[in-house]
Amino acid sequence: MTHPLDDIEDKVLTGERLSFEDGVRLFQQANPLQLSTWASLVRFRLHPERRVTYVVGRVINYTNVCWVQCKFCNFYRLPGQEGGYVLSREAVFEKIRELVNLGGTEVLIQGGLNPALKLEYYENLFRAIKANFAVQIHGLSPVEIIYLAKTSQLSERDCLARLQAAGLDSIPGAGAEILVEAVREQIAPYKNSAAAWLDLMRTAHRLGIGSSVTMMYGSVESIEQRVEHLVRVRALQDETGGFRAFIPWSFQPEGTHLGDVKRASGFDYLRTVAVSRLMLDNVPNIQSSWLTQGPKLGQIALQYGVNDMGSTILEENVVSKESVFMVPLSEIERLITDAGFVPARRNTTYEILPLPSGPATHAAA
Amino acid sequence: MKAIGELLRRSGLEALHAKVREGRRLDFDDGMRLYRTPDLTAVGYLANLARERRSGDRTFFVRNLHINYTNICNKLCKFCSFYTAPNSQDGRGYALTPEEAAARVDRYRDESIREIHMVAGINPKLSYGYYLDLVRAVKAARPEAQVKAFTMIELAQIARVAKRPLADILPELQAAGLAACPGGGAEVFSERVHEELFRAKLDNEGWFDVARTVHRAGIRSNVTMLYGHIETPEEKVRHLLHVRELQDETGGFMCFVPLAFDPANTELSHLPATTGYSNLREIAVGRLLLDNVEHVKAFWIMITPGVAQMALWYGADDLDGTVSHYEITHALGTRSHRQVLTVDQLLELSVEVGRIPVERDALYNVIGESRAATAPSNGPGRATGVRRES
Repeated sequence: MTHPLDDIEDKVLTGERLSFEDGVRLFQQANPLQLSTWASLVRFRLHPERRVTYVVGRVINYTNVCWVQCKFCNFYRLPGQEGGYVLSREAVFEKIRELVNLGGTEVLIQGGLNPALKLEYYENLFRAIKANFAVQIHGLSPVEIIYLAKTSQLSERDCLARLQAAGLDSIPGAGAEILVEAVREQIAPYKNSAAAWLDLMRTAHRLGIGSSVTMMYGSVESIEQRVEHLVRVRALQDETGGFRAFIPWSFQPEGTHLGDVKRASGFDYLRTVAVSRLMLDNVPNIQSSWLTQGPKLGQIALQYGVNDMGSTILEENVVSKESVFMVPLSEIERLITDAGFVPARRNTTYEILPLPSGPATHAAA
Repeated sequence: MKAIGELLRRSGLEALHAKVREGRRLDFDDGMRLYRTPDLTAVGYLANLARERRSGDRTFFVRNLHINYTNICNKLCKFCSFYTAPNSQDGRGYALTPEEAAARVDRYRDESIREIHMVAGINPKLSYGYYLDLVRAVKAARPEAQVKAFTMIELAQIARVAKRPLADILPELQAAGLAACPGGGAEVFSERVHEELFRAKLDNEGWFDVARTVHRAGIRSNVTMLYGHIETPEEKVRHLLHVRELQDETGGFMCFVPLAFDPANTELSHLPATTGYSNLREIAVGRLLLDNVEHVKAFWIMITPGVAQMALWYGADDLDGTVSHYEITHALGTRSHRQVLTVDQLLELSVEVGRIPVERDALYNVIGESRAATAPSNGPGRATGVRRES
């Protein structure tokens, strides 16, 4: 019996690249078992060992002051508005100290577009962090760097080079949302364009600064626009090879200006993960977003192409408060083990780290 | 699917695949293999074959409401956070009068209700007459709904306070309005688990004796399995095979309901909560081993709506459909990831994943295809057979 997706299955089996149309058909017609089977096949082709990685890190939201007013954000305060903050050096250090004491290696530094902060602020902060702690700085989304270059009257390349010299190791792929102008105009009209986002990443990758890349689906975009996002990421990756991981996560409508948008379902998450794994044949890692999906779906995603559980995340303020899951390290390891995989710690650049000495971190299964 | 063939080979499930395809019965070792293989997709694929053979792409649901008529219970089960002991001074204990229970039903007078699901603790103060009055009262409050009430544990208690054999009193309960029995209280059929977690409760053989008597009286029931506490895979396989054996004898079970244990606020609160993998696997293994039970339920209140939606491809063909909140789970503490869904939202989840909702009554008689549900012209097709034209 022939099945309407047989041609796609043949491509998956032979490792042939999927087209835009293939991606759309997978979204619209593939059932969960097909998606899981095919995405797992690609996952094990890229990562033959039954290993799932994670990084011990924390998010430091150094400021919540931002003028961009994205409709999906309930974190920001406008410049001058009550409740705005910039963390002191001591407060940042205290957070990193806590992280290092827990064996952590990744500091994810993210904030807003705060007109009061200039390039020197970041250079000094990064240098001080590097001088005091053995951590990797995964920091500043493209939006923040584009803004910083502009306010510092530097080219993006020069701005990135100075940040790199100060200690920036990697750029989180945040703010990609959907890399299609029509969608960005609706959900983040003041944010830079898709082309600007991709250009910044291209420049960073060429300097040797690797990054991740996200996709925020489930707001106002169509299936075709999701696939367009994947195709654009894949094209840049062909050029630079600088994307280390892809992280799809669903728009969290609660408390935002798009509050009447229905929250994306479990199936929508898992099919998006699977189609991402299938389309992005040149991106090595797909990360689970248990932070937004919850530990149950975050774990089931391991069967839909995910090979990395991301960061343990000791702090996160941007996502709606109600949707945040603080899963402890032992819980991440338990989820991995329970799914029949072996947990392994990595650093920001995806090198496997030796198992920590000291008390066992595994919870009783 | 060529890729799934490869996956089944890699998972060592080829022989099992042949058995499932040919509709042959699985044995103890097969059950253990299903629990041990790490590849959940392979297990899900097999379960889905069995699921689609019975139900195609239909998903059953019932508009029901839950009444827990008393939380006073003398069984002191370690996995329960709902009960309060008969002599407890904590002030939490309650027992609804039949009138109060009827008033609860009446709260939902504006909603379409087909089933009243009623279970509770073993409260030694309640008389036989109380149980009859209770059933009569809720039935009178909503004559078009079927009363599905009393676990095997409660039925044993009712016979005890009636001081008559169960077989004698069942016709009286039926005359009062009892239409079916839920499947709770089965827990896991293992002497070890029974001894450790619920020693005061009816033991395994006792549970089966009551179920057999109930089925022989012409009353159909469900059957559950509580997992995610101290049970082993061996004990779960034996539980399922035990159920299958009784089902061969009586044919009285309508639906298998795997219940995910939530340790919060129980004496076992040191245990972790069940995982998404285990939620899907229990549904799949149940579907595969219980070849003589018609339906398998994904109870979304316990496993989250997202996992319940996925379960429709891992062996489940029933989504329940509770319109009122569920007090026993409610007592187990609220978690931030627990979402509240309306029945219509639940049906949308089913349609989105390519499963057509079919409304049923407590006895699985089809009432009709849901109003909310028209299958999308473009959606996931069945894994077996010809998919819809798109």
